[in-house]
Amino acid sequence: MNSVLAAQTLLTAGDGGLDDHLSRYGRLPSLDGSQIVGLARDAELTGRGGGGFPMWRKLAAVAAAGTPAVVIANGAEGEPVSGKDRLLLTRKPHLVLDGLHLVALATGARAAHLYAPAALLPRLRESLAARGRAGLDKLPVTLTAAPDAFVSGEESAVASAIAGRGAVPADKRVRLVETGTLVQNVETLAHLALIARYGAGWFLSSGTFLATVSGAVARPSVVEARYGVPLGDLIGAAGGATENLRAVLVGGYHGGWVPADPALPVTREALAPFGAAPGAGVVVALPAHACGLVETAKITQYLAGQVAGQCGPCVNGLPRIAGTLADLAAGRPRPGLPGEAARLAALVTGRGACRHPDGTARLVLSAMRAFEADVAAHLNGRCLATGGRL
Amino acid sequence: MTDALWYFARGSGVVALVLLTIVVVLGIGSRSGRSVFGLPRFAVSLLHRNAALLAVVFLAGHVIGLLFDSYAQLRLFDLVVPFVGKYRPLWEGLGTVGFDLLVAIVVTSLLRNRLGAGVWRAVHWLAYLCWPVALLHGLGTGTDRGTWWLWTISLTCAGAVVAAVGWRVSPAFARFPARAERRVAPRLLEEASR
Amino acid sequence: MTRLHIDWTACDGRGLCTELLEEMLVEDEWGYPVSRDGTTEPVVPPPLEDAAKRAVDRCPMLALKLVRR
Ligand SMILES: Cc1cc2nc3c(=O)[nH]c(=O)nc-3n(C[C@H](O)[C@H](O)[C@H](O)COP(=O)(O)O)c2cc1C
Ligand code: SF4
Ligand code: SF4
Repeated sequence: MNSVLAAQTLLTAGDGGLDDHLSRYGRLPSLDGSQIVGLARDAELTGRGGGGFPMWRKLAAVAAAGTPAVVIANGAEGEPVSGKDRLLLTRKPHLVLDGLHLVALATGARAAHLYAPAALLPRLRESLAARGRAGLDKLPVTLTAAPDAFVSGEESAVASAIAGRGAVPADKRVRLVETGTLVQNVETLAHLALIARYGAGWFLSSGTFLATVSGAVARPSVVEARYGVPLGDLIGAAGGATENLRAVLVGGYHGGWVPADPALPVTREALAPFGAAPGAGVVVALPAHACGLVETAKITQYLAGQVAGQCGPCVNGLPRIAGTLADLAAGRPRPGLPGEAARLAALVTGRGACRHPDGTARLVLSAMRAFEADVAAHLNGRCLATGGRL
Repeated sequence: MTDALWYFARGSGVVALVLLTIVVVLGIGSRSGRSVFGLPRFAVSLLHRNAALLAVVFLAGHVIGLLFDSYAQLRLFDLVVPFVGKYRPLWEGLGTVGFDLLVAIVVTSLLRNRLGAGVWRAVHWLAYLCWPVALLHGLGTGTDRGTWWLWTISLTCAGAVVAAVGWRVSPAFARFPARAERRVAPRLLEEASR
Repeated sequence: MTRLHIDWTACDGRGLCTELLEEMLVEDEWGYPVSRDGTTEPVVPPPLEDAAKRAVDRCPMLALKLVRR
């Protein structure tokens, strides 16, 4: 079977209503906390918000924190080229809420929160009301609006927003899980809800991930596939490339550029040599006529504009990186220009309260590798994509 | 005996004022992140702290001297509540205000690690109130008021602090003028304020 | 192992730590500390522990902490 279309479990049609949900998936089986942690571990479920961290470890750490736990479903989806969390919250909100219920059980949480863009909140409020009427959740769920900003979905920003202090990332001397706070991406939670019903073995053989495919494709859309899916199949599921591709951005604005190789498997291991990872499943196809340096400069400019404004190296470094890339893209050579981008990327990495500088650096370093020939051409006043002089 | 106390109290008061001036100037200097008077930054910061502690010692001498002085008739009560003293209540009251402010600044500094940087910094701003209050107190009260030497000392102190504050607010103060300001992006606070 | 943690939301790049711990830290072009070994939480070698404690104590923003991990 085509691995893209295998077991469309999350994206099957659905009206988002509770009746539809219950007739499709049935009620959650009753499980205790350690069973839930065990299922997440055996299913090897990893986070879908970008980090790809094993969920069970976070569950275990929060349960062991020794403070009353707080669980938060993270639907902020600050990434502008991602759409899967919004789609999931629209089409399958009850899977997310089931998952939130399960992690609350697994951690012994006293409070559960759903954090999502303001536009989605009215319908989610209805979903919660329907569950209340059906007597589904013992632990009430609080809704909080996520500001429309790139870093608003970063885990410590999420915790801060829930606490009413704004979506501002915090220092991580004490890790968030050690404070008894669990932040999971909404897709991760939806998978857990299915694992609870169908088992860890089922997920190992049929579990999926959601990818948002955009750029030079016929039907930009959210597609569901299994890890290991060839890149070409993912792009094919979005209607296929509309023209020859120069490169593909995998993992979103904090991801990396990989060659437009249709056979490249979308897995952590296969993408690692390119400095990329499946991350939150963002795939952007760059057409052959577009310049990767110009595109990267634009994204970096955007990311520099999205800093939370707290950390010196990030606040100063990201605009400098963006300026350096803009010079490269526009062919304004100055001495040591390509090396400067790499130097700055290394300089900001690990020097912020959140990983926004790290992600930005990753993108820039991958661009320097993927578009090495373009860099050389730009420094000589030519652009390979347009074929003309800069 | 009383005379000795009186001289001691006056002298230690003047020394405390001079020390406080040094403390303020060094404080501004260490805020700049530059080396001042050829001293490394950490030395400026240490001198700032040690001069402050020394100022407290002299101020304690000043106050204790006056507590036992029959002329000033200072009561323990006057150390806390200003402007109710028997002897030149206005000028003595300024001394009380300055003393209380200094105690607040020093105590919060010593407990900085426990109180957190926010509280500490907020209280530390009071230094800009404490110093002029101390200066006025010195000029307005005491037997030495109007003597040429006290005026000279006071004006020198004032000159030093005015120069330091002028430097503080000038563009030349920052060591890295091109550095971007750190300020939380307002868009992140939007939903919270609604 | 003792490591030096920098709270970047607090550090104002005042440069005291880079003087007190110059064996471990240098200033970047904006005056913020960078660990010489390039790690995020550099290990404090035992001979430098006192200097590190002093830096933690003297940081005007209370941005430095010693952590064990
Ligand atoms: C700058 C930045 C932005 C992030 N934005 C999101 C986001 O919008 N949604 C999300 O689920 N995770 C986001 N993350 C990842 C979260 O910090 C966190 O790892 C994730 O929500 C944990 O859930 P998971 O383990 O289920 O993936 C972001 C991380 C960073 C550094
Ligand atoms: S690293 Fe950057 S984006 Fe993250 S909290 Fe600090 S300033 Fe904000
Ligand atoms: S002493 Fe503190 S504020 Fe100054 S640079 Fe070091 S960590 Fe930052």
